[in-house]
Amino acid sequence: MEEEVHTGEINREAEAAPALIAVHPLERSIALALGYELRVFDFEMDCAVTLTDEAYSPCHSDAIRAICFGANGRLFVSAGDDKLVKIWRTDTWHCIRTVCSDKRVSAVAISHDGLFVTFADKFGVVWIERLEEDDQGQASVDKKAVPLLGHYCSIITSLKFSPDGKFIATADRDFKIRITIFPKGPLKGAHEIQNFCLGHTDFVSCLTFICPPDCHQSFLLSGSGDATVRLWDHVSGQLLDTCDVGEKENLLLGDGRTPEVYLQSTRNGWQAGLLDSKEKVEYSAAVTDINALPDGSFVAAAIQGLHGVMILKCDVPARRLFIAKFVFVEESFVPTRLGLSSSAKLLWVVMGASNVSKVGVSKMAQLRVLSDLDKFLSNEHGDYPVILKDKDMPGGEKLLLQFQGSDHVTKQDAALAATATAVKVAMQNLLTKKQYSLEKRDFRKRDRNDRKFKKQQF
Amino acid sequence: MSKNDGKATQGKRQSAHLPRKRFYRARAHSNPLSDSHFPIPISPADVDYSSHYPHFLHSSKNDPDEDDLLPKISFADIGCGFGGLLVKLSPLFPDTLMIGMELRDKVSEYVKERILALRASNPGQYENISVVRTNSMKYLPNYFCKGQLSKIFFLFPDPHFKEKNHRRRVISLQLLDEYAYVMEVGGIIYTITDVEELGDWMKLCLDSHPLFSAILEEEFEADPVVKLLASATEEGQKVARNGGQTFYAVFRRIAPEDPIV
Repeated sequence: MEEEVHTGEINREAEAAPALIAVHPLERSIALALGYELRVFDFEMDCAVTLTDEAYSPCHSDAIRAICFGANGRLFVSAGDDKLVKIWRTDTWHCIRTVCSDKRVSAVAISHDGLFVTFADKFGVVWIERLEEDDQGQASVDKKAVPLLGHYCSIITSLKFSPDGKFIATADRDFKIRITIFPKGPLKGAHEIQNFCLGHTDFVSCLTFICPPDCHQSFLLSGSGDATVRLWDHVSGQLLDTCDVGEKENLLLGDGRTPEVYLQSTRNGWQAGLLDSKEKVEYSAAVTDINALPDGSFVAAAIQGLHGVMILKCDVPARRLFIAKFVFVEESFVPTRLGLSSSAKLLWVVMGASNVSKVGVSKMAQLRVLSDLDKFLSNEHGDYPVILKDKDMPGGEKLLLQFQGSDHVTKQDAALAATATAVKVAMQNLLTKKQYSLEKRDFRKRDRNDRKFKKQQF
Repeated sequence: MSKNDGKATQGKRQSAHLPRKRFYRARAHSNPLSDSHFPIPISPADVDYSSHYPHFLHSSKNDPDEDDLLPKISFADIGCGFGGLLVKLSPLFPDTLMIGMELRDKVSEYVKERILALRASNPGQYENISVVRTNSMKYLPNYFCKGQLSKIFFLFPDPHFKEKNHRRRVISLQLLDEYAYVMEVGGIIYTITDVEELGDWMKLCLDSHPLFSAILEEEFEADPVVKLLASATEEGQKVARNGGQTFYAVFRRIAPEDPIV
């Protein structure tokens, strides 16, 4: 572990970048980011999309770390380690703007009106830039992103606008969630903090807003490395409920079924989860992604080390958040990101990583779709949600060929397992603090001037 | 540093002795960017008032429902150093709870010992001040609720002269968002420095921030706390000895204006 720590600083290339997925809000298209590649599939035209860019290269030159659709699907943004934030029009898939950041980017978001793009850099500063409506790709000389707000010296893992556009929520590696009022003139900065949502005891990895019917306001869900998903009233900063997804014993179902039956029916899932503890990388129940239907009726969480998707139910008036079901996908399938099709009621689950090493670039991505969410929600008989077969997926074989490459035909289990491990290591490096032993810390301070003369004191 | 030697030895009561600074020597700088090895409260509700201000908790121990009426920390000295300001402020506001925040391990230990010694030799006094070792640039919202503080102090902060280190300065437009958050409307932020460039910087940051407004001259002159800024701390006394100039920036936390822009 010591050597890993030391070389980890020099060989950033050995780090794996987890695969990302984003679904167009109206399900017109789907995007997959794997390493520096951005693969987009258009459902309506039933074909792969070619990305174009007049001013710059349409490709990112380093790992993409954040993607999302915005402004009701009119725009798409991608950003990452190449310090570029690229904004695309989703009708033409033409890059209308490329914003340069000083540091690597860890999170992005577009305001709902499509006027602003915000991105967080690795130092914890969130930047904002104004997007012009009819921008034809002409770069304005005097346009430069300005700071909006900052989490001092912390890596921001998630950046989301509240559904009413009044607030912007930012989560960081130091267990904090900050809710800031998004002002009418945001280029001057967002200085008024509404609240901090404090309660997590480890890094916060993901955020999502829900707006349940019969509620005047929206609410916030967050997932963290402390193996909990929490429900917040972000306007008051109050923690409404905490759902522990780490403890097996806590898997009490909300619909009355006993844990015994539950465990039996998904025995493979849990056993697969436990098997991970034998590997070098510790089994952790860190929540890596969270996604929910806008009305909050369905919440899905991806948990590191679990080979499937955890589904939660959220009852806001009763202030309850509980585990509803665990859907086991298959051996060695560790989801890195989730994407939700709201109207088609499909959950897209992707696992993958891009590993750049001295040998070369190795990438692998696997895509699965959970369908019949509505049947699950209405408690119909049967084991819902269902994992769709490849041919039944929207986009079908074409989509899989583009996203997964030809690998999906021959399932290389060893490769899958290797990818799963790489992904876990990547997530760990990204989010967990490096802990140095006392000797290591002293060793790292050896060049400090006051240390050199230590013997002469007293 | 030898002023503490004059304290009369009172038998074997160790706690009455003020700590000797020479045993708590530390570097002037501590890296605010390096991460913590000290415990942080998860939220303001987890701040352990009973260990910091035992005297204040004793009086309402019998009535658990009185929890909400317990006084909360109202003054915070960011980078309190050896605790000079806290010690001077304590008798001026005996019912106000104050806390010092210090990043350096040895120095915060010194302040702890100093407060304990003062409490022992002055029964009933100095019960309203305490110190905590923490990185206030990262964890201030963990200690204080929204609008909790009525006064916040930044006395002689590290100037971080190099341009590339300006981001380590404790007063910045970004961090002022958090300071404004923990302060009540009408609360006062006090800053002082002997480095002119830093003084200009802090003033500029505060002027540019929409939630702070400069206090009037008359108010400045009338505030008894202002007089302590330059003289209460060891750093301030050193500046005075060397005949240095001091630069103040004292501002009030105001309510946000209506967003018309």
